[in-house]
Amino acid sequence: MFLAVDNLGKSFSDQDDESFEVFSEIDLNIEENQFVSLLGPSGCGKSTLLSMVAGLESISKGSIKLEGEEIKKAGPDRGMVFQSPSLFPWLNVKENVLFPLKGHWSKQEASERADRFLKMVHLSRFKNHYTHELSGGMQQRVAIARALAMDPKVLLMDEPFGALDEQTRHILHEELMKIWQETQKTILFVTHSIQEAIKLSDRVVVMGTRPGRIIADFTIDLPRPRKREDEEVIALERKVMDLLEGEINKVLKEELSHEVSY
Amino acid sequence: MKLAIKRIAFLVVVLGIWQLIYSIGIFENIVFPSPSKVANALYTGFADGDFVKALGASFRHLFMGLFLAILFGTTIGVLLGKSRQADETAGMYLIALQSIPSIVWVPLAIMLFGFSEFAVVFVVVLGGTFVMALNVRIAIHSVPPQLIRAARTMGTNGIPLFFRIEVPSSIPYFMTGIRLAWAFSWRALMAGELLSNGPGLGYSLRYAQDYARMDQVIAIIIIIGVIGAVVDQLVFSKLEKNVMRRWGLLKT
Ligand SMILES: Nc1ncnc2c1ncn2[C@@H]1O[C@H](COP(=O)(O)OP(=O)(O)OP(=O)(O)O)[C@@H](O)[C@H]1O
Ligand SMILES: [Mg+2]
Repeated sequence: MFLAVDNLGKSFSDQDDESFEVFSEIDLNIEENQFVSLLGPSGCGKSTLLSMVAGLESISKGSIKLEGEEIKKAGPDRGMVFQSPSLFPWLNVKENVLFPLKGHWSKQEASERADRFLKMVHLSRFKNHYTHELSGGMQQRVAIARALAMDPKVLLMDEPFGALDEQTRHILHEELMKIWQETQKTILFVTHSIQEAIKLSDRVVVMGTRPGRIIADFTIDLPRPRKREDEEVIALERKVMDLLEGEINKVLKEELSHEVSY
Repeated sequence: MKLAIKRIAFLVVVLGIWQLIYSIGIFENIVFPSPSKVANALYTGFADGDFVKALGASFRHLFMGLFLAILFGTTIGVLLGKSRQADETAGMYLIALQSIPSIVWVPLAIMLFGFSEFAVVFVVVLGGTFVMALNVRIAIHSVPPQLIRAARTMGTNGIPLFFRIEVPSSIPYFMTGIRLAWAFSWRALMAGELLSNGPGLGYSLRYAQDYARMDQVIAIIIIIGVIGAVVDQLVFSKLEKNVMRRWGLLKT
């Protein structure tokens, strides 16, 4: 298996050293070139799972293997795009994309790569701009170019379009689809939007909460580009929605009963 | 342009009031010289080279002291910023030290090093180091964790992470530190020189006082004020603003 998450568990310990378990026994196998979305109620551990794959969070239990090799720390074989673009403000757009290439590629190769990926996200014209001179959507495109430029095996995206308006998001969806088909990357994509997940992915993995776990795993064979009006899309949306509503209601009820008992 | 006119007009009014008080004769002439007398003292001070020599000495002390203050301050600041242990142990004392007015160090410096120029430099160093250290510490702490996480996913760790992310990311606060270190050092310099055996602007000030030359006293105060303001406005504030703008921390 390309990316294998095996019996994964994560606990955080708070100040009083009491441990809080976000999830346990997560099993997830992802094939190469697959586009997998992760859906789930807030707090179920999607970002935590993604950070663990990235190597930014320690693994409490189980293992994550990429091409058979166990993940222990962060590395350039896994690129990550965060909800906030996280660009380096002291560097211009091109220098940001060059950042991960320093030391791995020759100067000329690096420069050509940076140009190529900036072109891919349609930002060639802005390569000498500073990042704060760009709109949110443009910044996120730079972040995508930067993550792709270092040629990762997996691209991890944590609600990358969450802070953008509908229009921009729509444009970036199409760009991402093109990039994905062009680069043949494996993508693990966290989102809150059911429509976004269904529109983009080969597979939608639905997580539940308390404890965090995987409650459903849909494979989507529909041809792209997918239309929102499509019957099969609507049916799938319905199914996922029902699943999620159940989970969210569970959380709400639990929180409400807490409020009452206090 | 209009602003410049307003500012000049304000100055003229102040000078007018000054002249008026002088003309009415509320104070004795010896303690309250006329504007023209002070202007004359300024002119002769520069013409016969006394002020130039004093300024040269002052700037020598200042640059040596400020250079060392920035060096020591940065070292201490990075240490406290990077090591939680060090910060928990010594951070509190740094704030205490920073709050000590630099003139307080003068007796200590004189007892340690006598009435030497080195004593003056010592006071300047103490004046600037702590505020520099405090700002560098804040600078390191203010590096957005999100940027560090992003850099780590690009395989940047350890020492490269420090030089490629933490250092550039802290530069705006670092610049604030340098501006404040300059301001504190400048004040410390005058305190130190006032009680020294010269040469230096502060020493010239006391010398003028000893000979009851109020015109020179005021002339030197004006020089000190003008240099303080000009260096701050033309050098450090400008530098800081440029850096802030470049880092996107300032809306233009
Ligand atoms: N550093 C941390 N220390 C302690 N608890 C944490 C930490 N990071 C996350 N958690 C907890 O882990 C749980 C999962 O958080 P996570 O951010 O992964 O959720 P999420 O599914 O991404 O939610 P959202 O959809 O709102 O982004 C939350 O209950 C959160 O409080
Ligand atoms: Mg999240």
